[in-house]
Amino acid sequence: MADTLDLSIYVQRQGDGTAHLDLAVEGIDCAACIDEIEGGLCRLPGIVDARLNYTNHRLAVEWRDGAVSPTDVVEELQRLGYRGHPFRSRLVEEEEDRRAKWLLKCLTVAGFASMNIMLLAVSVWSGNVTDITPETRDFFHWLAALIALPAVAYAGQPFFRSALNALRNRRTNMDVPIVIGILLALTVSVVETINSAEHTYFDSVVMLLFFLLCGRYLDQAMRRKTRAVASNLASFRAEVARRIEETGEVVLLPTAALNAGDRVLVRPGERISVDGVVISGSSDIDESLVTGETTHRAVRAEDQVYAGSMNYNGTLTLRVTAAGKGTLLDEVERLLENAAAAKSRYVQLADRVAKIYAPVVHTAAAITALTWIMTGASVHDALIAAIAVLIITCPCALALAVPVVQVVASGALFRAGVFLNAGDAFERLAKVDTIVFDKTGTLTLPAMSVINAGDVEPRLLEAAGRLALSSHHPLAAAVAQMTQDRRPYGDVLEEPGQGVWAVVDGQEMRLGSLTFCGALGIAEKIASTDPMASVIAFSWGDRQTVLLVRQALRPDAVTIVQSLRQRGFDCRILSGDRSEAVAPIAAMLGIDLWRGNCKPADKIEALEALKADGRKVLMVGDGLNDAPALAAAHVSLSPISAADLTQAQADAVFLGDRLKPVQDTLEIARRAHRLMRQNLGIALIYNLIAVPLAFLGYVTPLVAALAMSGSSSIVTLNALRSRGRAPIMPAAPVASNSILVEGA
Amino acid sequence: MEVLIYLVPIALLLGLTGLAAFLWSLKDGQYDDVQGAAVRVLSDDDVRR
Repeated sequence: MADTLDLSIYVQRQGDGTAHLDLAVEGIDCAACIDEIEGGLCRLPGIVDARLNYTNHRLAVEWRDGAVSPTDVVEELQRLGYRGHPFRSRLVEEEEDRRAKWLLKCLTVAGFASMNIMLLAVSVWSGNVTDITPETRDFFHWLAALIALPAVAYAGQPFFRSALNALRNRRTNMDVPIVIGILLALTVSVVETINSAEHTYFDSVVMLLFFLLCGRYLDQAMRRKTRAVASNLASFRAEVARRIEETGEVVLLPTAALNAGDRVLVRPGERISVDGVVISGSSDIDESLVTGETTHRAVRAEDQVYAGSMNYNGTLTLRVTAAGKGTLLDEVERLLENAAAAKSRYVQLADRVAKIYAPVVHTAAAITALTWIMTGASVHDALIAAIAVLIITCPCALALAVPVVQVVASGALFRAGVFLNAGDAFERLAKVDTIVFDKTGTLTLPAMSVINAGDVEPRLLEAAGRLALSSHHPLAAAVAQMTQDRRPYGDVLEEPGQGVWAVVDGQEMRLGSLTFCGALGIAEKIASTDPMASVIAFSWGDRQTVLLVRQALRPDAVTIVQSLRQRGFDCRILSGDRSEAVAPIAAMLGIDLWRGNCKPADKIEALEALKADGRKVLMVGDGLNDAPALAAAHVSLSPISAADLTQAQADAVFLGDRLKPVQDTLEIARRAHRLMRQNLGIALIYNLIAVPLAFLGYVTPLVAALAMSGSSSIVTLNALRSRGRAPIMPAAPVASNSILVEGA
Repeated sequence: MEVLIYLVPIALLLGLTGLAAFLWSLKDGQYDDVQGAAVRVLSDDDVRR
């Protein structure tokens, strides 16, 4: 029996009798895939249109309603060699898309205006030193005003809004002095135009806007790219559940289609994909992804279970509970609220600079005006000089200094397999001196693996792996990874609670419990090497072997932790698992400071204690129990395998089986932070040179234009250095669940 | 120099046309899949296989 997944909740029906489905497609690696997918799907009868977006690997399929089912589409894709995962774009992403488009429109308008005004301005500048007539100059100035005023009103919106928001909350940010500078420069230019004066600053204003919008847009585009990949990955691991209908029929559904109160069937060896209460059945479940505890918990009727737990040996019927219910979740939610409230809002570097910068600049302008008046200049000239100070100090380079570095550095992180959730995380990451790791799923791999593979005869191991392909037991899944040959043996029989067996080449082959395989004799010696591991036995004819299965350390955990320690980071472990399970891991990594048996509240307490010591803590964790600790830490990372709630709390998420991204993140963040400060330094030097010039009245619009574009270019070029050597992208993430579950 | 009185507005008008064309293409979704557009030009989707 092959289970087919009911995807109807992802289908959008349009009024004209067509149905629409969005899919995130896995496996697209070259341009030829476009033709293959679109052409292949269009050959299905009833398909109206299939369009692949090659940039974000999403496929939009439309068909005449009723002609094909969404499952047919996914199956056809599978046949073509791609995996399609139904996809519903999240609200955040749509919001970001809209914002990026809006910024691009503002950027375009500013670009158009600055080019045209510059055309007029250059004519005026060259005319001023040759023979331009005052009438022509006035005409040009009026035209420039005509372009600049509507352009600034439109393209300046991002800055006006942000500055207003800041002022409403009684804060200042970098946008406040920018807006003041822009408005003053516009006003003075209009007044000067009316007075048919020689100089106006229309060109400086729109050029400033153009540069700033470039920075904002790039920042937004990078964030959008990261988010698109992240939400594709999220849909790749979308979970499915078997719902028991009123009629007793069992249908396979995406978990998004489940409601509280539904009854769900969980078979042995399946991951529980919803939070719920057991109605009937009993089983042992592995909650290591939820609580970090690696010993199994026995559950029976009325017990609460959490999404992410692995069901071992019995079939369970669950009643789905509403999200966020249950004792553990309640506690986590409560702690999360506290952690979020206690976390003082981190003030970004640029805003801290702005806080000092704005008053200094405004005082300088006032001093300029006063000095000019005192030295006998007219009020008009004094005002012009003061305003020139404000225009030249309008923090163009300062406002570009941070976002441009952020863009380049998050690009470097992206290539290293790290997705940034929070834009200001760089600054916080750069200050980290203590790293606290969770054990289960963070230092260790989320999936089980065979740890004594080296001691087993390769031919036996290969055979055990192939036999394991036919078993549903979670331990067998680890053994199944040991074979290259992905073809299961024919005629495999499963003895419930015992194991699987088959006859291969005339000899009986068994995989399962020690007694089932008659391996009790040799088990003791092998098991004694690692008392924490689960044991699975294999026999082939008269040969027997015992395999030890356990959550193994991430392959590079030892080297990475060592090198982090060498760099002076204080590494610690806080685990929800028993102390006996944590001790060997800590010893292997050379970490002296570790604690087991930590409840979520204990973790927060430990982090608070570190914080009180003045340490900046990076928390790396994945379990549901880690979510509050991630929120409470100075900055946090989680692997992509982490629980959804946990990922949402982390400042960045990393891909792959390795721990290296943690080290890369810290390195890139430190480099980025250094460059941000260099950039702020460059902007400061620029001001030290420009302000005296403006004070003395040497700043003509030409000088302003040169100074602004010059400083912006230098800052941008400097930011490009944060790319550094491109780290190698880790192998593609392990996709956990296939959408189509093929029954045995 | 009277020529400027109509030449400059014409230049501006041309610029505005470009701006309008860009905004239209943005709204039309022509920038939604930039990488795809770059490779689709090479595919022979007009030749039926």
